Amino acid sequence: MSLHRRTIAELARGLRAKEYSSVELTQSLLARIAAAQPALNAFITVTGEEALAAAVAADRRLATGDAGPLTGLPIAHKDIFCTEGVLTTCGSRMLGNFRAPYDATVVAKLRAAGTVMLGKTNMDEFAMGSSNETSFFGAVKNPWNPRRVPGGSSGGSAAAVAARLVPGASATDTGGSIRQPAALCGVTGLKPTYGRVSRYGMIAFASSLDQAGTLTASAEDAALLLTAMSGFDPLDSTSVDLPVPDYTAVLERPLTGLRVGLLKEFFDKGLQRDVEEPLRAALAVYGKLGARLTEVSLPNLPLSVPTYYVVAPAECSSNLARFDGVRFGHRCEDPRDLTDLYERSRGEGFGAEVKRRIMTGTYVLSAGYYDAYYLKAQRVRQLIAGDFTRAFTQVDVLVGPTTPTPAFELGAKTADPVTMYLNDIYTIGANLAGLPAMSIPCGFADGLPVGLQLIGPHFAEERLLNAAHLYQRETDWHRRMPGAYA
Amino acid sequence: MSLNRADIEAIARLARLSLREEEVPALVDGLSRILGLVAQLDAADTRGIEPMAHPLPGLAQRLRADVVTETDQHERYQANAPRVEGGLYLVPKVIE
Amino acid sequence: MMEWETVIGLEIHAQLATKSKIFSGSATAYGAPPNAQANLVDLGYPGVLPVLNREAVRMAVKFGLAIEAEVARRSVFARKNYFYPDLPKGYQISQYELPVVAKGHLDIVLEDGTHKRIGITRAHLEEDAGKSLHEGLPGLTGIDLNRAGTPLLEIVSEPDLRSAKEAVAYMKKVHTLVRYLEICDGNMQEGSFRCDANVSVRRRGAEKFGTRAEIKNLNSFRFVEKAINHEVARQIELLESGGQVVQETRLYDPDRGETRSMRSKEEANDYRYFPDPDLLPLELDEAFIAGVRGELPELPDQKAARFASQYGLSAYDAGVLTASRELGDFYEAVVREVPAEAKLAANWVMGDLAARLNAENLEITGSRLSPIRLAGLLMRLADGTISGKIAKDLFELMWTTGRDADALIGEKGLRQITDTGAIERAIEEVMAKNPGQLADYRAGKDRLLGFFVGQVMKATGGKANPAQLNELLKKKLAG
Repeated sequence: MSLHRRTIAELARGLRAKEYSSVELTQSLLARIAAAQPALNAFITVTGEEALAAAVAADRRLATGDAGPLTGLPIAHKDIFCTEGVLTTCGSRMLGNFRAPYDATVVAKLRAAGTVMLGKTNMDEFAMGSSNETSFFGAVKNPWNPRRVPGGSSGGSAAAVAARLVPGASATDTGGSIRQPAALCGVTGLKPTYGRVSRYGMIAFASSLDQAGTLTASAEDAALLLTAMSGFDPLDSTSVDLPVPDYTAVLERPLTGLRVGLLKEFFDKGLQRDVEEPLRAALAVYGKLGARLTEVSLPNLPLSVPTYYVVAPAECSSNLARFDGVRFGHRCEDPRDLTDLYERSRGEGFGAEVKRRIMTGTYVLSAGYYDAYYLKAQRVRQLIAGDFTRAFTQVDVLVGPTTPTPAFELGAKTADPVTMYLNDIYTIGANLAGLPAMSIPCGFADGLPVGLQLIGPHFAEERLLNAAHLYQRETDWHRRMPGAYA
Repeated sequence: MSLNRADIEAIARLARLSLREEEVPALVDGLSRILGLVAQLDAADTRGIEPMAHPLPGLAQRLRADVVTETDQHERYQANAPRVEGGLYLVPKVIE
Repeated sequence: MMEWETVIGLEIHAQLATKSKIFSGSATAYGAPPNAQANLVDLGYPGVLPVLNREAVRMAVKFGLAIEAEVARRSVFARKNYFYPDLPKGYQISQYELPVVAKGHLDIVLEDGTHKRIGITRAHLEEDAGKSLHEGLPGLTGIDLNRAGTPLLEIVSEPDLRSAKEAVAYMKKVHTLVRYLEICDGNMQEGSFRCDANVSVRRRGAEKFGTRAEIKNLNSFRFVEKAINHEVARQIELLESGGQVVQETRLYDPDRGETRSMRSKEEANDYRYFPDPDLLPLELDEAFIAGVRGELPELPDQKAARFASQYGLSAYDAGVLTASRELGDFYEAVVREVPAEAKLAANWVMGDLAARLNAENLEITGSRLSPIRLAGLLMRLADGTISGKIAKDLFELMWTTGRDADALIGEKGLRQITDTGAIERAIEEVMAKNPGQLADYRAGKDRLLGFFVGQVMKATGGKANPAQLNELLKKKLAG
């Protein structure tokens, strides 16, 4: 029956038509997860029993006709979201035994919509990484080539969707952590506008940049999940009180006259030639769909990476101070005194990349450096945001590559942090400006997926999903599956 | 901007991180490289530009009604605690 | 000593009397079992976020308006980063560069009766920390986070205070004000109102301030005075012996009556403040501020001025009677019953009633005599039904029995004797019984008059009208 090849939208229709039950669907995907785990390591926790119980309940609702569009649909959550009673590690030894006593708002909303959680996906430790190699629970492998990275930090979610272990997964994006793995794994990634989805219960990395979103096989599926998970949350002061549209409603709107801006700065010498080719082909598809293509320059955008590597570490150094071995999390053996308790618990609990970022952030905020680093970066952030604001007076959507290269080899970039950081060169801008952005599969380079990035103005998710969906109607890149998992 | 060993040790103390001996040179190198990257910001002309602390412009803090919504759940919350006694979290003696 | 001038600034921490915490829905009540009032936000659990309590903001604005300060239309919450076990998140949410209240002032009265204006630099909102407990846990410290997240208003004065006494007068003034405004219960034993004192000395006439020491966590007026006096003496002694004052945090030890250095707080004073990305700027519009202004009660200084003019009281008496809102209310409730006797009412409230309350360690709200009962007594004193002496006895009787003045006067026969004939008869009896004293008096021993007054009073059970008695007695004794 090959249920795993179907999208969320297709599966939902099948469930409703009683072609199969949620229990059957859940069982078949749990079996795929178990089979793929040794090769991919996409999951940190699999919640089989809970999933089957939820599937039974969903089937009951489907039987009585009391079902929503997502009732009975299996999904996975990135292990950054707190899940009540379930291990929530954030990819860290620090939270190796942490069972959250509450559900993140994203988890609660998707649960209320009837989804069935199959487990928690692997990720870079505290979402700090672009290759999933910083996870305490081991690297995730790219389903297209197990010697390659899946991208990060939501590498587990992206690999799980790419290998069709789940039809969709939650994820988070602070500097590209949804879009970059989406591109590297050949799936559809959506990072909504900052404030669109509640951050409550999502373990914070950099609070002014973090945003929850989705990894799915299609834009239509992203629209379905986003409709269920977004909305105002009184528990998050930065959540925005705007009505949530049905994001699936305008997917089919023609793109005639859509002003599409090519991000000049993204088509730079850093962009690998064989990645550029599928991108140019994708732009031609948009031309065929009636879009008007122009080139747009955002002169401050090349400063995104240095800006980000001040702002994000600064916030992270403070956000991660709560992990002190007192109320939860790892605590060292036999602390000599209070300082020893702090230093060893944190020193042992955090991995190398997390320490590096905490150290960087501590430094840029410290006395005498605050103005030169932190304030300076906040000012450049304003310049970058201003560039986007100006661009969106000329165009409706900005397009460009998601990453400069396809998936790189495991271990290739671990020696120099800056080389690794530059992998997010095209994705960070949207986070700094709080903009919604997507990555959709648009072809292959050397047998590895390539992603096309779409960026919109604040709260223009409908426009992005519409543009992505119509592209996916014209092409089948998003339907391609890695051979081993097809 | 390059940092030395003493800088790294001072930052680690401020951040309350114990470092293994072999981590120190890697951090000296890593942080120096990162600060080298960050030095690109110096080129930007930011005179008269307001620092941007929040990605959405024009939003203000929402205020919550002063209502008690919580009940005593300390046992549940302390299930994750490494060391508790009589409802208290325990740490090595704090000397003032 | 005279060549040194003391310079003091106070940072007062007033816990705001909200029901729930500043950033969470946990209760703020004092005395709950350990950690029973610490929820996920207060514990700094992974993933949780703060949401600001409207009432805490309202209270801060109320204070700002009361000290004629600037209330910021836009203020910002920042994180103050440091590690301490009573600080769950590893940072305290506070206001740093842009506080909600700035540039206010309060006037204090000095010992010589003159007024002095004390500048208030700022007042900002922040969250309180938890408590560390050391008793009964050998080698360990227990952490109770019930207090973590309780809203605090930190009120920072200018370095305008020049002595421990001025500091105490200022602190008392703030204490009175926050209780008037009903934004803080002022309970110093429970830590609801406490302060840090920044103390330095400089040579008289010097322009530059000396290096200051910060004395932490003073939780009584007496400790503030003692700690500052000790610290001033320590600094002068240090400077006069050629030493230097080190800028540091010190702790007052009430048992030893001295301050000592708190090295533990010194290490980590790089607080790395930055705007809290979890909270948006606090923006207050004119309607919000006008709403708070509309709720301002009559303030202590206004009330004292009104008492002085309306009731003909001295500035001192008016000040005493307005020291708390409740005392002023009590006094005015008495005066409403006996409008012509405002001065008499003031004397009784500040005199016998205050003494009785003091003896029983009661607040005015705990008085066993209601304003109406006290007014009933004053009415009988004023209309001559009872004498001043009887009034004092009657007050005690009313306090212990809880009954009203008229009932007790009737029952115990306390009515004053104003019948001239009756008083004369009593005088004659006393004169007859004491021929010796009578002879001595008439021989010029004038001071025996007191003896005769006493005897006649005794004979009349203290009820003879004193003025009449005096007049008649003198006439009779003269023969």
